Amino acid sequence: MARSHHIGRRDFIKLVTAAVGSFIAAGIGIPAIGYLIHPALKTGQGKEAWIPLGPLENFEIGKPTLVNFTRTRVNGWERTSNSYGVYVVRTSADEVVVFSNVCTHLGCRVNWKEEIGAYVCPCHDAEFAADGSIVRGPQPRPLDRYEGEALRIQDGIVEILFTEG
Amino acid sequence: MWKKFYAWLDERLGLNDLYKATLDRPEPKGNWWNTLGSASLFLFLLQGVTGIFLTVYYTPSPDHAYDSIQYIMNEVAFGWLIRGIHHWGATLMVLVVFIHMLRVFVTASYKYPRELTWIIGVGLLLLTLGMGFTGYLLPWNQRAYWATTVGTEIAGAVPFIGGFITRALRGGEDLSALTLSRFFSAHIWMLPALLAGLIGVHIYLIVKHGESAFPDRED
Repeated sequence: MARSHHIGRRDFIKLVTAAVGSFIAAGIGIPAIGYLIHPALKTGQGKEAWIPLGPLENFEIGKPTLVNFTRTRVNGWERTSNSYGVYVVRTSADEVVVFSNVCTHLGCRVNWKEEIGAYVCPCHDAEFAADGSIVRGPQPRPLDRYEGEALRIQDGIVEILFTEG
Repeated sequence: MWKKFYAWLDERLGLNDLYKATLDRPEPKGNWWNTLGSASLFLFLLQGVTGIFLTVYYTPSPDHAYDSIQYIMNEVAFGWLIRGIHHWGATLMVLVVFIHMLRVFVTASYKYPRELTWIIGVGLLLLTLGMGFTGYLLPWNQRAYWATTVGTEIAGAVPFIGGFITRALRGGEDLSALTLSRFFSAHIWMLPALLAGLIGVHIYLIVKHGESAFPDRED
């Protein structure tokens, strides 16, 4: 082989076989993988909407109140409606704090337990205090809250900026 | 490295013997008509792979069957390609299997000692047609619905037990969700399992007896 700079017959056949083989493999493999992962490439991220939670005056000061709302999204050939919940806590006459009820551990929904004054997650007993901070349990961070840009009171109505994703 | 790995595997699996027995067999005389069996096998595998892929999105329920196929065709990346191959491959498979049968008949390859290969081959042809019949309903469109109505009605023409056969095929008096799900079950589990098993025996018999020589003037 080294004697000539021309490629030998056997090597040429090997090369062509490998090239054609790779080409066919890609031609089959790319559609196959694309087909399987297609839904994973679509995310609802970035879709935002202001969700009204009700008039501020209806919320009792200091008492966490659960507000539910649903959002629908098209998944495949079907509309999926998802329920979401947030805890609205009115802290004073014109101030309000809104917590997501999604546990920061593994995504179960926490419930406010009046008798112990804590949000308790039914899955792994994570407990959060009334201000969302960690009391005990496996959760890595306090409850997520809607604040700043994502929270407003418009004409006496509490609204949150909900982001899908 | 690879040679050592291959030698290790070969020592335990007998790959070389397997290769010699199945693929390195003597051929009486190269002939394109003798490739139809392999073509049928290839189409069976192709239908299997594309069919498995289709089940990722297809839903065998009257509420969702049609919409899920619309989704495969219009939304999923390369969904049109996978379904297209499955759709046309089905027609091609019936055609190739049938021509394969004709060739065996014309060259009298079904004679001793290959009668069993032939009988199993008839079973394979019928199963292939069964796959076509059950698969045809799955899109749950007008054509599928009425074709199955007619097909199951024809089965009902059998004397005495015709009504029972129709009800057994439909899973009741009417074409319903039960019909769709039992056709789906037959299409993806029962018939393919039977097909795969019989294909195994069919190929074993071919390997065992070797290919038949084409008849010449003397015969």
